[in-house]
Amino acid sequence: MTALPPEPARKLGLVIDLDTCVGCHACVIACKGWNDVAYGAPLGDADPYGADPSGAFLNRVHSYEVQPPDGPAQHVHFPRSCLHCNNAPCVPVCPTGASYKRAEDGIVLVDEDACIGCGLCAWACPYGAREMDPLAGVMKKCTLCVDRIYNDALPEQDREPACVRTCPSNARHFGDLADPGSAVSRLVEDRGGFALMPETGAAPVNRYLPPRDKGWDDETDVLAPWLAPVAEEPQGFLGWLDRTLGKL
Amino acid sequence: MHPARSLIAFTTLSGLGLGLLAWLGIDPAPPTGAVAAAFHVIGLALTLAGLGASALHLRRPERAWRAFREWRSSWLSREAWAAVLALALSGARGLLLTFGIQSMLLGWLAAVAALATVLCTAMIYAQLKTVPRWHHWSTPALFLALSVTGGALLSGRVGVASALLVLTGALQLWCWWDGDARFARAGHSLGTATGLGAIGTPRPLFPAHTARNYVLDEMVCTVGRRHARKLRVLALGLMVALPVVLLQLPMPHLFGLFALVSHAIGVFVSRWLFFAEAEHLSGLYYRSC
Repeated sequence: MTALPPEPARKLGLVIDLDTCVGCHACVIACKGWNDVAYGAPLGDADPYGADPSGAFLNRVHSYEVQPPDGPAQHVHFPRSCLHCNNAPCVPVCPTGASYKRAEDGIVLVDEDACIGCGLCAWACPYGAREMDPLAGVMKKCTLCVDRIYNDALPEQDREPACVRTCPSNARHFGDLADPGSAVSRLVEDRGGFALMPETGAAPVNRYLPPRDKGWDDETDVLAPWLAPVAEEPQGFLGWLDRTLGKL
Repeated sequence: MHPARSLIAFTTLSGLGLGLLAWLGIDPAPPTGAVAAAFHVIGLALTLAGLGASALHLRRPERAWRAFREWRSSWLSREAWAAVLALALSGARGLLLTFGIQSMLLGWLAAVAALATVLCTAMIYAQLKTVPRWHHWSTPALFLALSVTGGALLSGRVGVASALLVLTGALQLWCWWDGDARFARAGHSLGTATGLGAIGTPRPLFPAHTARNYVLDEMVCTVGRRHARKLRVLALGLMVALPVVLLQLPMPHLFGLFALVSHAIGVFVSRWLFFAEAEHLSGLYYRSC
């Protein structure tokens, strides 16, 4: 049944730090790499070695420039993936029951054996988080690496989503956002974490941490006050050359 | 949204067919014998052709039967049930009328099922908060109006069809006019989509990926918006203006057929615009506005 479950006791999700993300796309590649060989149909590519390659990814990293009302513009890298919404709009629209939200931990998944590839769930998602697999013809989405986080065959430090495990700048955090004492919940509390497009009513679980205020005001470079101004008038040999040539 | 040919064909053809079946259903003095058979075959064939086209939209059409499962929550599933019910009831009524047996109750049930199918189709689009242009009561209203109007044309009701054409044309015009403002009215922006609006005005600096992807192909289609104004004039002319004039001419069978063909092409163009002009929220991540 594609009705949403009652409020899950645990809400597993990601907290993404927009202050420390450096836009390296390592999470995109780690995600693609793990999901090529793991949960469900391999994450497919169309024409991978041809002239017009494209493929399904469960995570995309955008880059934006943010212009504050005063002060210099800021460059923000913005990873975008499924937010495992509490009120997931992609679930009730599914005609087959393939799209579902788990009652035990809130993870939103697709039963690929029941998916007819109609694409309505992707239409219902405000965040563009779902992509149709070009080869398997079924809907793919972030599984929160459900095949890693509970996997006893993996060393303990690897039991987190591939994107979190690989992030070199520690910009991605995984945990239970229903537990106010969890590390991710404290992070959200301390840093003023926010949800994306709350006005759609989807109630996402994932949170984003805003870029920290750099306190630069009008300075575009923190070193600027310590730099001596460059000499306007040429000195020495160049100065002689400049004066001599000017007389000709 | 990507104007998929399968979906445009489906909504246009099944809308016409179901509209005809609805008019045949409520007719207190319906045709009988071969005429009844012909009318019902046309209605059923159009509906089936539409449903066949919609199956082409599925990436796994061999699993289409699974779509009947989630009728409690999904409009797509409800549409599947309503379509089967409408086909069965109208088929039975057509068969009975062919042999001269009239059942008003069966007719009304068939008509309700036919219009319920159109309503379910429209609700698939109208339920989507992610497409503000569609998320409005006028979406089911226009789908139903076009279906009933096309059905009146198909069943040869000249007077009723003329009046309905004018009313539906007015509704269509208003839908375009109001629809243009709905995305802005919904209040979403790149600022709310990224949450970065709290610190300033964000704009995309460079693309997130070099190749196209499903989200861009399916939901950020903008090709159709370039000629939208011309296409609207064309749609309204073919869908409403020309049929209204043709219906007033003598020789109703010949000019009625022309009116019908013109109307159907007009609805195709209007449906194409319905998809091509619809803006999806996920497009915000890819453009600045």
